Amino acid sequence: MWSYFANPHKFLRLSDWLAPLFYALSAVCIFYGLWQGLWVVPKDEYQGGDIMRVMFVHVPAAWLAMASYSALAIASFVWFVWRHELADIAAKAIAPLGATWTALCLATGSIWGKPTWGTWWQWDDPRMMSVLFLFFLFLGYMALRAAMDTRQKAARAGAILAMVGAINVPLIKFSVDLFTSLHQDASVITADGPKMAAVYLTPLLISALGHSLLFGGLVMTSMRTEIRERRIARLRARELEAF
Amino acid sequence: MSAAPILAAFRQSLGEAWAGGAGALLPLGFLGGAAVLVPLGIGSDGDTLKAVGPGIIWVALALASLVTLERIFQADAEDGTLDLWLQAGAPVSAIAAAKTLAHWLSAGLPLALFSPLLALMFQAEASLALLSHVALYALGSLAFFFWGGVGAALSATVRRGGLLISLIALPLFVPTAIFGAIAMSGGPGSSGAPLFLAASTLFACAVAPYAMAAALRLAAD
Repeated sequence: MWSYFANPHKFLRLSDWLAPLFYALSAVCIFYGLWQGLWVVPKDEYQGGDIMRVMFVHVPAAWLAMASYSALAIASFVWFVWRHELADIAAKAIAPLGATWTALCLATGSIWGKPTWGTWWQWDDPRMMSVLFLFFLFLGYMALRAAMDTRQKAARAGAILAMVGAINVPLIKFSVDLFTSLHQDASVITADGPKMAAVYLTPLLISALGHSLLFGGLVMTSMRTEIRERRIARLRARELEAF
Repeated sequence: MSAAPILAAFRQSLGEAWAGGAGALLPLGFLGGAAVLVPLGIGSDGDTLKAVGPGIIWVALALASLVTLERIFQADAEDGTLDLWLQAGAPVSAIAAAKTLAHWLSAGLPLALFSPLLALMFQAEASLALLSHVALYALGSLAFFFWGGVGAALSATVRRGGLLISLIALPLFVPTAIFGAIAMSGGPGSSGAPLFLAASTLFACAVAPYAMAAALRLAAD
């Protein structure tokens, strides 16, 4: 299966129509989520009144922060084991985008936290801390890649670090959970189904889908750029050889 | 496979640490200097110092591991020793672990042994608890050195890799710092936390050598 996806030509053909489709669908979903969130759904006084509307950006960003690090770890693993170049190109594309959504999650969380809990930042909150450390993992990954002098070295070093980070994430999460929390408990995914009222849940899920599609589209575009850049470098080198 | 290259790497690392003349005194000086800055920065109020003391010592330990780790693999990569280690016929992960362990013995353990003195300077009560804290600091700093070693191995070929090591290793230090702080807080959960601290250190000792080995093979290419 990996070998099928590892072919850059097939990827270029696939992403040629899939990326624009992702963009179009994500625009529909995100604007639907924003419209519902800002104008349609009733405000929830328990969650701080109108400020809870930031949830329609905050929760998708939190989901993407975790999903993008998982994607980075999986891409790194695939590259490390099978050495499929496309996996490394994907990992390189995912890192800055994942870091952006993680930063978005932290920023919207702070904006939501100030009026509801009276603080921008709560050090003993497990989820804030986990996301912050996730952000640092992304930064370290990007800094390490940037410091390596060749593409191959950057790929290898990055893959090792992403995998070491990934096996540490559960431990970091667990240690941070030991701290007490004033954050509300997880309410979307619980053992007995979602507890959130459907009027909030449906736009929230659609918004999360929209952000995920946008993320996927941007990753594909970024990968296409990288493939083209490599091809240009190769063509330039060939030109110089002929010279 | 033989154990000789592993022992040689261990002895070489210990030797390097003492060859500079100052040996373990240099990291101790760093720890003391960093800790002395704290009362100057936050004021000399006894209760405040007592509250932040253990945390400051944890931070100073983490920093001490970071500043001393930069050269442990870099020097080997530069002078060709690393290529010899890779051809020695012993597992690279074992050699990396031996080097890290030797480095911890010369730059980590002395700091942990020194910690009761610092704790007293931070107005802690002189009691047997300070001695049990030595064990916690020693255990925690071992995890710092192993995760820091991964960063050091990854940036072995990077010039001025010290800052990079910090950025890479700091998220990996989190569990140790949290378990250590909870264990010393005396609050809820402090009786189980030393076990978690030991478990996370064992995890570091089990996983980090393989990551270091993969990174060192990269550095030798």
